[in-house]
Amino acid sequence: MNENSLAIRKFSALANPTRFLALADRVLPWLTVLTVVCFAIGLWLSFTTEGDYQQGETVRIMYVHVPSAWLSMMCYTVMAISALGTLVWRHPLADVSAKAAAPIGACFTFLALVTGSLWGKPMWGTWWVWDARLTSVFVLFLMYLGVIALNRAMEDPGRSARVSAVLVLVGFVNIPVIKFSVDWWNTLHQPASVFRLDGPTIDPEFLWPLISMAVAFTLLFFSLHIAAMRNEIWRRRVDSLRRQAARNAGRETLAP
Amino acid sequence: MIALFFRDLKLAVRAGGGAMLGVLFFMTVVAVIPFGVGPDLNLLARIGPAILWIGALLASLLGLDRLFQAEREDGSLDLLLMQETPLLLTVFVKCAAHWAATGLPLVIASPFLGLFMNMNEPAIGATMLTLLAGTPAITFIGAVGAAVAVALPRGGLLVSILVLPLAVPVLIFGVSAVYAAIEDPAPFLPPFMILMAITLFFAVIGPVAAAAALRHSAD
Repeated sequence: MNENSLAIRKFSALANPTRFLALADRVLPWLTVLTVVCFAIGLWLSFTTEGDYQQGETVRIMYVHVPSAWLSMMCYTVMAISALGTLVWRHPLADVSAKAAAPIGACFTFLALVTGSLWGKPMWGTWWVWDARLTSVFVLFLMYLGVIALNRAMEDPGRSARVSAVLVLVGFVNIPVIKFSVDWWNTLHQPASVFRLDGPTIDPEFLWPLISMAVAFTLLFFSLHIAAMRNEIWRRRVDSLRRQAARNAGRETLAP
Repeated sequence: MIALFFRDLKLAVRAGGGAMLGVLFFMTVVAVIPFGVGPDLNLLARIGPAILWIGALLASLLGLDRLFQAEREDGSLDLLLMQETPLLLTVFVKCAAHWAATGLPLVIASPFLGLFMNMNEPAIGATMLTLLAGTPAITFIGAVGAAVAVALPRGGLLVSILVLPLAVPVLIFGVSAVYAAIEDPAPFLPPFMILMAITLFFAVIGPVAAAAALRHSAD
């Protein structure tokens, strides 16, 4: 028994929702506390550091804008991986994960768009421009809403998960487009300045608050995601219990 | 497969198929625009290519929800699923037939509507060429949406919502290729090549995803 197959066995053991619920109950409080601590550090750092000499106080918008934009893409990637899990391994938790991630991702995308717009008004002089980065993120937002609408349109959760998994995978073409849109087209939105081959070009004064906020946002995403998955499992259980109760009630009235 | 192609084409063209409805919708959309922006011929000539593209995009969305739904209703979808030929090929042929029935008439109608828009000859030619290269991509993307929503009672609106965001790049490069052809400094070929690349890309992705969705929504 080597390491790899042990990991696979652990992973497929999670397919039992009760095991997942037990794990989530154990992990979630710690994760929440960690998230709060990280947010405290991140917010303290972002409000105590110097403002930019040119942008002034508005540079602090970046500490919310950039992490939520990263997360909007990461959340879609998580959904795409879950979609693969649904289609390839038929992992029952994968469809729960994809369904739970969609509204969270839509929220982060919305946050990124709104903060970007608020930042754009003083910096670019306009709320919105139709440049490549902004347009592709807006398309991402629309796709999140489309996936949510599709999830809601079907009653059978298993089938809706498999069908929306196909849609999520097709929509994944947009993610590289978003990532590289600032490199492929000359746009108003600035190119990447943190993750670069030649090291970050952003000043350490802004880098540290940004990184701590990014960590805090990522932790927030995972705690929200696990909580949403737990709720979704409970919701399905309540649903099936209700159906069972309705069936039993029908049987009692029929056979006195 | 050829028989399937002609069967779909006939079904679409004959009564109740609604292939001509798409062209009619296209004409109506384009005819409504001058009422909205005013009959200024110079302005119309400038925005004409964009209007034609948006009209064609909306018109080709119209018939999409029927792509697999009619088959599902009369049960022939199950036969197509159980066939020996790969489902991928079947979906591809169905898309081709759908494009020939709804996309091609739009391309043919676009020059006449271009005249309405006071566009000059190069602009009309470029619009027609880009539409010819771009509308198949919309059909292939739309096939995914149609397959995903095939089991839904009110799939039509949902298909449009799902497909439109994915079709945005087609619109962007189609329109930019036309403008590149009209205005001198910008070269026509790069955006046009990207448009064709998008079409080829979705010609591969679209049938694969649509076939997967059909298989999963069938059982």
